[in-house]
Amino acid sequence: MTQTRNLIDARGLRTDGRTPDELREIKIQIGVVKNADGSAFIEFGNNKIIVAVYGPREVHPKHMALPDRCVLRCRYHMSPFSTDTRKNPAPSRREVEISKVMRESLEPALMLEDYPRAAIDVFVEVLQADGGSRCAGITAASVALADAGINMRDIVTACAAGKVDERIVLDINDTEDKEGGADMPVAYMPHLNQITLLQLDGILSSDQFKECLDKALNGCKLIYEIQRSALMKKYFGSESEEIRDEQ
Amino acid sequence: MWDAISNGKRLDGRNLDELRTLNIELGIIKKANGSARVSLGNSEVVAGVKVETGEPFEGLENKGALIVSAEVLPTASPFIEPGPPDEETVELARVVDRGVRESEMIDLDKLALIPGEIVYTIFVDCSITNADGNLFDCTSYAVVSALMSCKLPVFEIQDNKVIDTGAIKSTPITTIPVSITAARIRDSIILDPTAEEEACMDARITITTNSDNNFTAVQKGATGTFTSEQIKNLLDTARVKGEEVRSKIKETTRIG
Repeated sequence: MTQTRNLIDARGLRTDGRTPDELREIKIQIGVVKNADGSAFIEFGNNKIIVAVYGPREVHPKHMALPDRCVLRCRYHMSPFSTDTRKNPAPSRREVEISKVMRESLEPALMLEDYPRAAIDVFVEVLQADGGSRCAGITAASVALADAGINMRDIVTACAAGKVDERIVLDINDTEDKEGGADMPVAYMPHLNQITLLQLDGILSSDQFKECLDKALNGCKLIYEIQRSALMKKYFGSESEEIRDEQ
Repeated sequence: MWDAISNGKRLDGRNLDELRTLNIELGIIKKANGSARVSLGNSEVVAGVKVETGEPFEGLENKGALIVSAEVLPTASPFIEPGPPDEETVELARVVDRGVRESEMIDLDKLALIPGEIVYTIFVDCSITNADGNLFDCTSYAVVSALMSCKLPVFEIQDNKVIDTGAIKSTPITTIPVSITAARIRDSIILDPTAEEEACMDARITITTNSDNNFTAVQKGATGTFTSEQIKNLLDTARVKGEEVRSKIKETTRIG
């Protein structure tokens, strides 16, 4: 994508006033969908995404069931009103691809072998889209899976980094995605130190690639703390373990 | 297979970092503006380019449109049935499309006829005729080769109508993107996996480089994971191996 204007001003601030290493504001609420086994609502900058998890439950159609483990299904969908111009509600090729990479980024964290012959469905609905909706969706989905009580090896946390005005910046927004130089979404399991999703659009040199990957991983670690405090708040009534110990 | 790979050998006798034989044939479809049949080992893809005119994409009014699609034909393997594309095929087409688009392989700025109204539309359609693993790279080489050999019809605007002058010109190519796909099987990383190897791989990653040896696209796939060190080590591999494939494509398209 060719750039037409500067996205970082003289003071080193970005279009939304952030520094190159700053995340957008992130809020996670757990248990927002009453009927679901687990759910989460995430506000990630201007992204508003609701995730509901159903399962483990019986598999339909039945022939999809696996004898030794659970089937994970994932649907990423954008509401027609979530974008600047109305989005056709039918699933686009982009949504099919994101559903697939999302499933593949969550699966390594789940102990699917604990639920043979069952299915877990993860529905990710983007109500309002900003840049980085797949990362926000993965972040919320893994919290919702934890809320559903699914056995997990680790939480999956996701964040993008990218290149804007030849500089590597954390968590690129919609404008930076459309007008900037590169976008690299990364999903990561912080305790196991494993990358579960890595994509790149745009041109990076070898050094920029490494810087970008490290920056995204740092962002993931910051987001992990937010996921953790949301879960602590829901299940222990306070945001940190220290206060709980005192009580 | 695990035993072989942990001893540094593969079932087909290749080394871990060895690609299969790449064959490129150009101009096999006379009705297309550019075409290529590419085989990588037993995987085989036919790519055809059709050039038309149409409306530009929203937000890209002054650029030509480029659309890459892929279909795994029912001929390709006993496990494929006709029908709408499944997730894997959609991912394949989008990853190949991204490799060509993000590298800015074609100078689309030169392909607007009436900016905002009529532009060149380049369709690259790929048919996978035989599937034996690493369709990402095989398809991407086919798309690149077909585009390199493609001749654009010269369109002119007369009285607000598009006229095909019958003349042809070469496609404005700026760089040659080449993808390299690696698979992790347990603790070993192998390049250019066959279908058999893909069936037991833990994770897959496709890295695309351009002629300046910069990185233009990456896609991780399958349900396994990589560490950040594994990925960083693969960056150099993707450059070196990518350069080998690039010279092969260059050599073939120059003759063709």
